[in-house]
Amino acid sequence: MKPRKYLKVYKKFLHTSLASEFEYKTNILIDLITAILSLIGSIFLLSIFFQNTSTIGGWEFEQALIIQGIYTILNGITNTWFNPNLTEIVKHIREGTLDFVLLKPIDSQFYISLKKINPSGFLEIMLGFCLLLYCIKINQINLNLGFLALSLITIMCSICILYSLWFFISTTTIWFVKTWNATEVLRSFLYIGRFPLNSFSFSLRIFFSVFIPIAFITTIPSEVFLGLSQLWKILLEGAVTIVFLTTSRKFWLFALKFYSSASS
Amino acid sequence: MIKNIIDVKNLSKSFDIATKEPGLKGTIKHFFRRQSKSIKVIKDISFEIKEGEILGFLGANGAGKTTILKILCGLIYPSEGSILVSGYLPYKRKENFLKNITLIMGQKQQLIWDLPPIESFYLNASIYDLDKFEAKKRIKKLSDMLEIEDELFIPVRKLSLGQRMKSELLAALIHEPNILFLDEPTLGLDINAQRNLRKFLKKYNQETNATICLTSHYMKDITSLCKRVICVHNGSISYDGKLDLLLKKLSPIKEILIVCRSEEDAIKLENSGFTIKNKTKNEITIKVENTFITSSLKTILNNFDIEDLYINEPPIDEIIGKILIQKDYDI
Repeated sequence: MKPRKYLKVYKKFLHTSLASEFEYKTNILIDLITAILSLIGSIFLLSIFFQNTSTIGGWEFEQALIIQGIYTILNGITNTWFNPNLTEIVKHIREGTLDFVLLKPIDSQFYISLKKINPSGFLEIMLGFCLLLYCIKINQINLNLGFLALSLITIMCSICILYSLWFFISTTTIWFVKTWNATEVLRSFLYIGRFPLNSFSFSLRIFFSVFIPIAFITTIPSEVFLGLSQLWKILLEGAVTIVFLTTSRKFWLFALKFYSSASS
Repeated sequence: MIKNIIDVKNLSKSFDIATKEPGLKGTIKHFFRRQSKSIKVIKDISFEIKEGEILGFLGANGAGKTTILKILCGLIYPSEGSILVSGYLPYKRKENFLKNITLIMGQKQQLIWDLPPIESFYLNASIYDLDKFEAKKRIKKLSDMLEIEDELFIPVRKLSLGQRMKSELLAALIHEPNILFLDEPTLGLDINAQRNLRKFLKKYNQETNATICLTSHYMKDITSLCKRVICVHNGSISYDGKLDLLLKKLSPIKEILIVCRSEEDAIKLENSGFTIKNKTKNEITIKVENTFITSSLKTILNNFDIEDLYINEPPIDEIIGKILIQKDYDI
C-alpha cells in the first residue's frame, strides 16, 4: 500500500467525478433544493411528535434535534460517497465491468468505494453541522477539546459501520447478482436513526442494536454530544466498528474468488 | 530462442449454472428451490504462447474463448490445472503482473462517459503510478499512432463507436503492457475502423514486441493479424497451429473460372478431363486440387485459346464456419 499513490488517485477521482457532475448543472440544483427541503421536512415531522409531549424516550425536542443533525450528516455522507459508489457495485457485477476494476494495480475495494462523488451531498453535511452547532447553543453544551475529539470519533465510527453494512450487502451481489432491494432496506432502516433509540420498544431496541446497529450509528454519537454517554458504550461502538470493517473487507476478498464475470 | 510468456497445462474450469423449467410453474419452483448443475466450460486444455506472438482464439459462441482469456488475465479462478503468465499465477493478481497486462473488451467500456477521454487517460496514468510528464508523453505517442489527437478533448458520449474504441485502446495501453488480451475488439466497427484498429495492433506488436491474444468473429482480424490460431470447441482445443496450414487443410480445392474465346474451345475444354463445376456458353468453372494448380494452368494456357482466367479462393468465412462446428483436425 503506497499512501502517496492512493492520495494521488483519490485526487483524480475527485476531479473526474466533480467534472462529470458539473456537466449537469440543473441536476445538482435539484439535488441541493431536495436536501434543504428534506431537512425542513424532517424537523417539521419531529416537531409534530413533540407537540403533545415534552419528552420521547427521555429525550427533549432540543436534544432530539442533535440526532437529526447527526442523521443529516450521515445522510449527506451516504449521498456523497456511498450511494454513487456502492450502488454501482451491483451494476459492475451484473454488466461485468468489475473486470476493469480488478485488473487495475490498485485495491479494488478502494476503487469501487471512492471512485465517484456526488457534490450535492456536501450541502447536507454542512446543514447537519450547522444544526449541530445550533443544538450546542440551545442545549448549552460546553465545548472543549475532549468533547470535540470524542464526538468526531463516534461520528467517524458511525460512518464506518454504515459503510461496512452497505458494502457487505452489495458484495453479496457476486452470488445473488441483484441485491438492489437489500441496500434500499438498509436506507429505510437508517431513517429510523432519526429518532432516539429509547423511543422504541425493548424488542425493537435489541433489533436495532444487535442485528442492524442503527443505535450505534446515531444514538451513541448524540449521547456523547449531550455528555450522557457512558465510556463502555463508546468503547463498544469502537469495537463494533473494527469488527464491521474487518468483516466486510474479508468478505469482499472471499467473494472475489467466486466472481465469474459477465458473459461477453 | 524465444521464451514462452504464457504456459497453460491441463486447465479446466467449471461453473455452477442455475437451471429453470419453462412456464409459471417452473418459475415458482425456481424461486423456492433453485436447482443448478455444474458445467465444465473448459476441459483439460494445454498450450504455450511465445513472447511477441499474436495468437487468435477461434470458436463458436459459448465455445469458451472468452473464459480462457479471463482465466489468463486473472479474472476467473481456474478449477484445475496450472497457468503461468509472465511468470505469475494470474488469479493472484499481483501488482507487477497487473502492470504487465491489459484486457480490452469490444462490448464493454471503461472510459468516463460524460468526460473527454483525456480525463480517463490521466486517471489511469495515476493508477499505474505514472507521473504527469510520462503520461503526457505516452498519450501523445499513442494518440498519434491511433490518429485520435482531435478526439481527446471531446466528451466520450459524443464520440463515434470507432473513435470510442480507439480511445478505449489508448486507456488500456497507457501503462505499456507486455501482454494484450483482446476480446472481440472490432465488434460493431465499420470496415475502415476495423482496418485501422488492425493496422494499429500490428504496429504496436512490431514496435513493442508485445504478446497479443485475440478473439474475434471477424475473420479478417484473425487472418491479417494471427499466424497461429487455437480453435476451441465446447471447451476443448480442436486445433492449435498455423492458420495457413489449417486453411489449406480445410480448403484443398480451388476453383478456376476460364473464359474461352469461342464456344468450341469451351466444349473442347469441357471434354479434356477436368472436373467441371459449371459451364455457360464460353465460360467454364473447373475444380483443381491445390497441388495441381500450376500444372493445370500450364495445360490450359498451352492447349486452349483463353480470353481471361480467374482463380477463386473459397471465402474465408466459409472455411472458418467449418472450424466452428468441427471437433478435430488431423493435420
